[in-house]
Amino acid sequence: MGAGEEAIGGRRLTKVVIIRDLWKSYGKVEVVKGVSFDVDEGTTTVIFGPSGAGKSTLLRCINMLYHPDRGTVFLRDIDLMKVGDKINYYRSKFGMVFQHFNLFNHMTVLDNVMIGPKVVKKIPRDEAKRIALESLEKVRMKDWCSRYPSQLSGGQKQRVGIARALAMDPEVILFDEPTSALDPELIGEVLQTMLDLAKEKKTMICVTHEMGFARAVASEMIFMDEGAVVERGSPEHFFTNPVNERTKRFLSRLTELYGHHESRNRFVDEK
Amino acid sequence: MSSLFDVLLSQFTFIIEGLPVTLSLTAYGLGLGFLIGLPLAILRVYGGRRGRLFVAAYERAMRSVPPLVLIFLFYFGIQTTVFEIPGFLAVMLALGLCSSGYQSQIFRGALESVGSGQMDAARSLGMSRLQAIRLVIAPQALRFALPSWANELATMIKDTSLAFVVGVAELMRRADYVRAATFDPVIPFLVVAGIYFVIVFPITRIAGTWGREKKRLVAGV
Amino acid sequence: MIDYLGYLLEGLLVTFELSFIALGIGMILGLAAALARTYGNKTASYLANGYIELIRGTPLTVQLFIIYFGLPSLGLLFSPTFSAIVALGINSGAYQAEYFRGALESIGGGQMEAALSIGMSRPKAIARVILPQALRLALPSWSNEAAYLPKYSSVAFLVTVPELLAKAKVVIAQNLKPLEVYLVVGLIYLVTIASLSKILDMMYERYKFTVE
Repeated sequence: MGAGEEAIGGRRLTKVVIIRDLWKSYGKVEVVKGVSFDVDEGTTTVIFGPSGAGKSTLLRCINMLYHPDRGTVFLRDIDLMKVGDKINYYRSKFGMVFQHFNLFNHMTVLDNVMIGPKVVKKIPRDEAKRIALESLEKVRMKDWCSRYPSQLSGGQKQRVGIARALAMDPEVILFDEPTSALDPELIGEVLQTMLDLAKEKKTMICVTHEMGFARAVASEMIFMDEGAVVERGSPEHFFTNPVNERTKRFLSRLTELYGHHESRNRFVDEK
Repeated sequence: MSSLFDVLLSQFTFIIEGLPVTLSLTAYGLGLGFLIGLPLAILRVYGGRRGRLFVAAYERAMRSVPPLVLIFLFYFGIQTTVFEIPGFLAVMLALGLCSSGYQSQIFRGALESVGSGQMDAARSLGMSRLQAIRLVIAPQALRFALPSWANELATMIKDTSLAFVVGVAELMRRADYVRAATFDPVIPFLVVAGIYFVIVFPITRIAGTWGREKKRLVAGV
Repeated sequence: MIDYLGYLLEGLLVTFELSFIALGIGMILGLAAALARTYGNKTASYLANGYIELIRGTPLTVQLFIIYFGLPSLGLLFSPTFSAIVALGINSGAYQAEYFRGALESIGGGQMEAALSIGMSRPKAIARVILPQALRLALPSWSNEAAYLPKYSSVAFLVTVPELLAKAKVVIAQNLKPLEVYLVVGLIYLVTIASLSKILDMMYERYKFTVE
């Protein structure tokens, strides 16, 4: 068996991302403290926790937007800490969806989605265009391809952001609180898109507090607080019997804020 | 006995011949300022701490020194030490350096307006920093910079009037010729003021409109 | 050693004199124009706008010459320094007007409504409510203009005012070292303006806290 693979109950699971003992500081402040976890292919991992817990930073360490101070990040069997100049190449194997969308405002929707394949993967223009339109079709934004980001609603922008990530055919998609900046009525369309992707067995790592989504599709949930992993397990584990005191407190606060997590659970039957 | 109109007309036709020189001085000066200013702005925003400090000091210096001093410095300074420098070149260097200080500031503000998320998004696709700057950051920054840059253009046109002290035959100098030749102290300068105004005013107007549009754009981000 | 430094600094004093008085004139003109544009009737607003656009649309050099050469032909004989101060003042006023107008418009609206609603007349509201706040808001950009005026004043050399640049020319006529002298002069301007900026910034910082 190659690195990153193990057999469980006869079924081979490939580990796409392996994080071991990751540490990252900003100046003197330790933001990520010794985080380790694995991500299996075709699964959705949800990371949640109070704000400032280092979740966004952790995500950015995974695709090496930030360089970790210590620890290892493996993409399949490649040690990303050691690839040096080729990091841009490997980074393109990750897709990232941002809380504030970060669409390229001076380009049309189509150009936004096309630019990755064209400039980074050096795919010829026509082929890149075809790929882009396919991605946009998937997020149901194909009709808007000649509009500019400033003409779109938040939910539409985020869906284009997802299309932009998809167009690169990534191994893993990283979501950094994709719905946190959206008005409530727009959250649904984005979650639906993410749900579709999960059902297609895309490997996803999501930082979010959308518990309904987590309960529906996550195979593992990780609770982080103050930069470290506090508790991890399946969604059932968290919603029926969390162990740690801090976890319990956070979940109950979430329930207060957002209403009982069951009631937001539009997706529970879809599993 | 020539009428006032004839006087004005003859003065005007003489003075206006300086316009091409004024415009080419503007172009070269602004161009030099751009070639120095833009890289410095990129250095300041994306370079390390030392880059930031250097550019900050440079900006400060170039904005504090009067253009007239720089013109004399280049014209007389170089003439007596290195070679016979034409007035045009001296003015172009002087105004170009002064402008580079302002343009560096303008582009820095514009680059910062673009926001770090854009760089993150570009790099998350696998772009190198250089690619990101070229394809994503700079195009947006230039749009943000436009109103202030148009202002700088207007300022440059006005500053070229200083070139007359080193004998460059632009608008101001020709106006001064007329004064010296006709002993008419005021009308030539009123004429040249009119010419400058007709050129500069539309530019500042457009800059103002772009400025208001930009405020709307930024708010909608 | 630079023995002519003292002589140059005499010129600097004239530069300060020019700048200081011109700044004062500019403030009066600028404030008047800004008020006229924001609160004046159509004619006042139009005239103020004309003043601002005309001055900002033409080079300082041209304005300087028009006043320097023009005043005598009106029968008014003044010293070159006076002409320079007048020209600088009028010029600075137009730019200061824009800063003040921006500040007035930022404060404007709601404050005016509130003042009128408690029975103040418009002029009173402007004087007691809007203006104090606007002046504080305009302080940073105004300080900028104030600190850089000495730099603009260098054009006064063109009309024979014995300020810093003029003194430099005299020195060079004697020691024939233009490169060195102009570098020194440049440095003097740099230090002067940087110091002025710093001082004004510090004053602003202290003042700011007593206001908020």
